[in-house]
Amino acid sequence: MDHLDHLENQSIYILREAYKNFKDLAMLWSIGKDSTVLVWLARKAFFGHCPIPLVHIDTTFKIPAMIEYRDRVAKEWGLNLVVGKNEKAIAEGMNHTMGRITCCEALKTNGLHAVMEDKKYTGLILGIRRDEEGTRAKERYFSPRNKDFEWDFKDQPPELWDQFKTSFEAGTHIRIHPILQWTELNVWEYIQRENIPIIDLYFSNAEGKRYRSLGCAPCTLPIDSKASTVAEIVEELKTIDTSERSGRAQDQEDTYAMQKLRAKGYM
Amino acid sequence: MTDNGTALSLSNQLMRLVIVGHVDHGKSTLVGRLLSDTGSLPDGKLDFVKEICKRQGKTFEFAFLLDALEEEQEQGITIDTSQIFFKTEKRHYVIIDAPGHKEFLKNMVTGASEAEAALLLIDAKEGVQEQSRRHGYILKLLGLTNVVVVVNKMDLVGYDKDVYNKIREEYNAFLHSLDIKVDEYIPVSAKLGVNIAARKDEMPWYEGPSVLQMLDQFEKKQRLNHLPFRMPVQDVYKFDERRIIAGRVEAGQLKKGDRLIFSPSNKTGVVKSIEAWSVPNQPVTAEASQSIGFTLDEQIFVERGDVATRTDQLPIVSSVFDVNIFWMGKNKLVRDKNYTLKLTTQEAPCQVVEFKKVIDASTLETLVDQDFVAKNDVAELTLRVQRPVAFDLFGEIATTGRFVLVDGYDVCGGGIVTTYTPAIKEDKLRAEVRQRDFNWVKSDIQAQERAYRNGHQSALILITGEAGVGKARLAKKLERTLFDHNHQSYLLDGRNVQLGVSANIEGEQKGESIRRFGEVARLFLDAGHVVISTSNVFNQEDHSDLRLLAEPCPVIEIQVTGVEEPTGNPDMTLSLTEAQNEEASAEKICKYLKEKKILTGHNYSI
Repeated sequence: MDHLDHLENQSIYILREAYKNFKDLAMLWSIGKDSTVLVWLARKAFFGHCPIPLVHIDTTFKIPAMIEYRDRVAKEWGLNLVVGKNEKAIAEGMNHTMGRITCCEALKTNGLHAVMEDKKYTGLILGIRRDEEGTRAKERYFSPRNKDFEWDFKDQPPELWDQFKTSFEAGTHIRIHPILQWTELNVWEYIQRENIPIIDLYFSNAEGKRYRSLGCAPCTLPIDSKASTVAEIVEELKTIDTSERSGRAQDQEDTYAMQKLRAKGYM
Repeated sequence: MTDNGTALSLSNQLMRLVIVGHVDHGKSTLVGRLLSDTGSLPDGKLDFVKEICKRQGKTFEFAFLLDALEEEQEQGITIDTSQIFFKTEKRHYVIIDAPGHKEFLKNMVTGASEAEAALLLIDAKEGVQEQSRRHGYILKLLGLTNVVVVVNKMDLVGYDKDVYNKIREEYNAFLHSLDIKVDEYIPVSAKLGVNIAARKDEMPWYEGPSVLQMLDQFEKKQRLNHLPFRMPVQDVYKFDERRIIAGRVEAGQLKKGDRLIFSPSNKTGVVKSIEAWSVPNQPVTAEASQSIGFTLDEQIFVERGDVATRTDQLPIVSSVFDVNIFWMGKNKLVRDKNYTLKLTTQEAPCQVVEFKKVIDASTLETLVDQDFVAKNDVAELTLRVQRPVAFDLFGEIATTGRFVLVDGYDVCGGGIVTTYTPAIKEDKLRAEVRQRDFNWVKSDIQAQERAYRNGHQSALILITGEAGVGKARLAKKLERTLFDHNHQSYLLDGRNVQLGVSANIEGEQKGESIRRFGEVARLFLDAGHVVISTSNVFNQEDHSDLRLLAEPCPVIEIQVTGVEEPTGNPDMTLSLTEAQNEEASAEKICKYLKEKKILTGHNYSI
């Protein structure tokens, strides 16, 4: 068993714990590489099936290719797709010019709020990773959120020996992070090994640019890169010294942008 | 790494490291120094921080490096403090939950439980302190064996050999009392880089390795393939025509065709296939730490919590055992309160029945006559679980010998099973039952087939209550009612068993007559019957023996009582007035049996 096998087996264990312990369970699928790997892992965990509904929060500002890829893969893989939107904020014209953090909170966090309330989910699986960003590094595999979605990152439950927090007060929910331990490089190495179809936006285009992290069109910038295959991305990542989310404008809006967003329920 | 010829990734040689010790004994400085001396810092970082120090008129310290990294991380630029990576020529390391955070024990435990190696820091000047001991004890309970003690700040004591020896002796005595063996005590100055990356000349009297040399000597944790096979069932899937039993191999190996026994239910089956999705070849073996799934050659009822093993390497099954625990809860751990035990995938209510030794983990002092465990302390105690669980001793198979305790919604304690003495009568009977089940000659007709024809599962119904409340009449009526519904009911009177099967038992051998009654009932249950009994001679303890003998068939106790609080834990109660009306009572019991899915109805009546 190599390191990737180890990560894969642990993630599968976590997915199965989530599926067994949460009756009302959903998985967030952002269309990006991490949550797509997560869907793949679910199909491994459940022997070709994905019995967990996939929630996609549509801000209406997503890069159009993402929506097309989403619908195609959902059909091919037989996924149960639930699309969530904060209709009210969208109708009122919310966009990034009103402040990126405000916009993220309205369209993503509150969009998620709306789906959660509608579907009464008590467990939510997300493809976040510790090496992405500081506050995510402090996460647990099973991380409680209170009634208002808030995360008390200063007082988290202990987690040991893969015994997770699976009981919780009514009205609260648990965020489950099966690939928390993976790095960006691990994710690409796994995509390469498993031959997982990933959206083209990650690969270098005619202008020599590729997206390293995907989000809404107005707030996500591609990086300069000649990597146009998975193998080339794996090689590129071994030498790169900028952060993965450097193309995500909302992170740079404020020194504590992600901490502020995530304490209030952002992914 | 892969079969398709891609480059070997360095992440394949990743070792998880945790740095623990008393506050201010130099953890941040050591991390800063490790990063710097292994060239793991971003370009120009060291000069940048040195320059800031110069401008601010401060002496440069390696701990500042960490602060600077934290600032950067807050801006979303570089490294995160909770996971710091560095590398040596041999492999990559990741430091989990690095210093700088509030040092709650639960965070230390969370980090250390994932670590493969630990550096425990002791300040040469301050010596062994509270957290030095507590962290040492916890590392032992977590089963971490790759531990090295780093005696830091040797520069402040003039690199004095005697100071080092004194700390080494004192801490070694402490570790010995815990039965931990640590090979190396490395005297260092993290601040000045002495004995961190390489050996330096300041302490010619020290002949051991530097910190990095020592880390590189640690072996990666051996996988547990050589141990007896253990797979706690996590779930059973029926997404398609396959009925897949899923779980993680916690120890040992599995082969297609292996005969398995599931504890505590004692069901057996042969592995028909090992299932996997999107693999080039269907696997025929599985090994420790793999999350797998398999199918069996026959449909037996297996559920989450059952532990699959080979038939000749059984786990212990008991409801009483001795443990060592550490407690992290806001509320104290006390006697006579229900906690939830989570051990592998098993979950059951449990209570502390005896506090054998409560220890202040910071001094290792025994707190005499204390019958609770306070936050951050450790204890040796006896647990009683409401129903038997399958486990191993931690010293034999660590992954199936450790558990957590949940208080309310929160995990509050962790522990390991240290000893188990099969002294209790119940365990002896269980061992007999296990032998009997395992050697049982099975009929070709499966239990489900009988249930399908009969319109019910097998079950033992005990009608209990004081003498003269009408139990016998009710039992007869129930037998008749079920019979009239075309069910297989049989009233097994204890008296009849005594007259024949147990006629040779004399005097006080009550346990034996219970056993014989139970075994006779077991035969009827095997034949698919609903067995009804009223015997008054059985007390609560006998009931638990009967349940054991009847397993896996359900035992339903219906108690006729004149008081509000029933005796023991009956499944259903009937008042004296209710019991007078046998017909209505029998119907009420039938309704209950339907709810419990024991009476399922004939297929032609649905």
